[in-house]
Amino acid sequence: MTNGHVTDWRKAAGAVALLAGAALLPLLISDPARLNFLVLILMAAQMGVAWNIVGGYAGQVSLGHAVFFGIGAYTSTMLAIGLGLTPWLGWLAGGAVAVLFALAMGWPCFRLKGHYFAMATIAVAEIVQILVTNSEFLEGAVGLYLPMDRSGPAAMVFLSKLPYYYIILGLLVVTVLVAWAIERSHIGYYFRAIKDEPEAARALGVSLTRYKLIALSVSAFLTAMGGSFYAQKEMFIDPGSVLATSISIKIALVAILGGVGTLLGPVLGAAILITIEEYSRTLFGSTGSGTDMIIYAAMIILVAVFSPSGVLGLLSDLRRHLPGGGAKPKKASKSAEIRP
Amino acid sequence: MTADILLQVLVSGLLIGLIYALVAVGLTLIFGVMDIVNFAHGEFLMLGMYASFWAFALFAIDPVVALPFTALLLFAVGVIVYQTVIRRILKAPMLSQIFATFGLMILLRGLAQFFWKPDHRLIPHTLVSGNVVLGPVQFGLPQVVAALGAVGVTGALWFFLHRTRLGTALEATAIDREAATLMGIDGQKMFALAWGIGAACAGIAGGLIATFFPIFPEVGASFILIAFVVVVLGGFGSVTGAFLAGIIVGLIEVLGGFLIGPEYKTALVLSLLLIVLLVRPKGLLGKA
Repeated sequence: MTNGHVTDWRKAAGAVALLAGAALLPLLISDPARLNFLVLILMAAQMGVAWNIVGGYAGQVSLGHAVFFGIGAYTSTMLAIGLGLTPWLGWLAGGAVAVLFALAMGWPCFRLKGHYFAMATIAVAEIVQILVTNSEFLEGAVGLYLPMDRSGPAAMVFLSKLPYYYIILGLLVVTVLVAWAIERSHIGYYFRAIKDEPEAARALGVSLTRYKLIALSVSAFLTAMGGSFYAQKEMFIDPGSVLATSISIKIALVAILGGVGTLLGPVLGAAILITIEEYSRTLFGSTGSGTDMIIYAAMIILVAVFSPSGVLGLLSDLRRHLPGGGAKPKKASKSAEIRP
Repeated sequence: MTADILLQVLVSGLLIGLIYALVAVGLTLIFGVMDIVNFAHGEFLMLGMYASFWAFALFAIDPVVALPFTALLLFAVGVIVYQTVIRRILKAPMLSQIFATFGLMILLRGLAQFFWKPDHRLIPHTLVSGNVVLGPVQFGLPQVVAALGAVGVTGALWFFLHRTRLGTALEATAIDREAATLMGIDGQKMFALAWGIGAACAGIAGGLIATFFPIFPEVGASFILIAFVVVVLGGFGSVTGAFLAGIIVGLIEVLGGFLIGPEYKTALVLSLLLIVLLVRPKGLLGKA
């Protein structure tokens, strides 16, 4: 038991160090393009951690998360245009709309198990994309510009990339804290029970649908906030940039690659994925060559076949196999936690 | 006049529906035999389309003539995919199973983009180019041939599954793998066969569609979604169900496009999926 306390302290210290490092990183990097690269990683990480709550912990794989991302982006942007509402409130509104949507969509879709749930989520996201593309109210395929005349903290519009870096870092920290709180609470245990032993969980009186809906709603809320942030950063949204299937795929990939159902796996996955994306772009020329897709698809297949727990799982496996691997007790307590 | 238009719409719906059925039977076969959804099924279709395109562009072989080769090629692709990837994840957690075929989908799309560029390509003229005029209704000959081909292949598949020893063994594996193994049926071989046949069906569909549809790396995306609706509506694993459901989906798509507007036709078909899930989750001819 004391051992557990020690690792807890060690973990907390590690987290604080990581956070301090991330907060100080912009002091070393002043180049806006590099800073933007970091912002992209943090955005992908935030979405991956949010996805992980439903896809990883509860094991309900959504391949339609762009719908929540898009709802967040469109809600805060419409409120800013129509009512001049500050995005700080707008992204809460976006989250709320996303939760309502998650409940409405989860109710029929959660009748499907596993593979078919995943496909149904693609279908839902596709329907919404078609409806928005053809909606005059939302300017359809033309897209929406945020009001350009306002700037400053209240409008969340800045000339420098730096404020965006800290905002998304803050959002990522909030998202990780939510995931962490869920992981440790009884809800987290229910989620894992639903994922690993749905029949047993049902027999013990856990309402599968209720907890799946909770997982999807929390995930949707956080993903929508990521969408609102994207809108603020780009100042322009259209169905292709916030509702496309490719966004859903990317959100899931980040978590899968890093480690499904682990707290910080998606952060690692985001760093890997965005780096591959950027480098293959500079190495092999402009977009459309498909090299980034090939590389990360190959990684996903390898992860699925050889290490279902992602790169993070691969790393801890490696550490265990090294002589005198220090991660042994930690790993043991972790797996005991997951499968009691 | 309106009756003529309606007839025209119904015939077009029937034609496209039969092709949807052909794409879906492969998907439902693989699912029925081993409970795995092949997210890369649309990409098998895409490969079939490119096979036809290159046969035409490089060797001037007509897509219709090339069909047997396309089918063989995709059968091989299906078996290779099974042997290299799927075989290893049979007992893996469901998440890994989803990610493996999902990764395969992205990999095949990426490879197609890398080698063949994202451009839309067309096969300018084929043996079946032209129109058929039948009284008041008129439709493209490629669509008619594709629909007839779809009927033929689905029929042959049905015959194979229900009237041949090998097909019955495949069905037996789908119903109860353990019992089938006890009867001396090699489960691994049956799984590989299901992937081969499933991919070949998608490949033939691709070859038929290539006579009238643009060919590009992401072409599978729109077909896989509709095929999924067809599989759900028909009942998971049911070939006959998929055949009927394909026709229904085709009719709804074309009728809906005609009545509500073509931009909403895909949304309409996908909503059908949610309705089926709410009203009759096991589909038309589903077993469980």
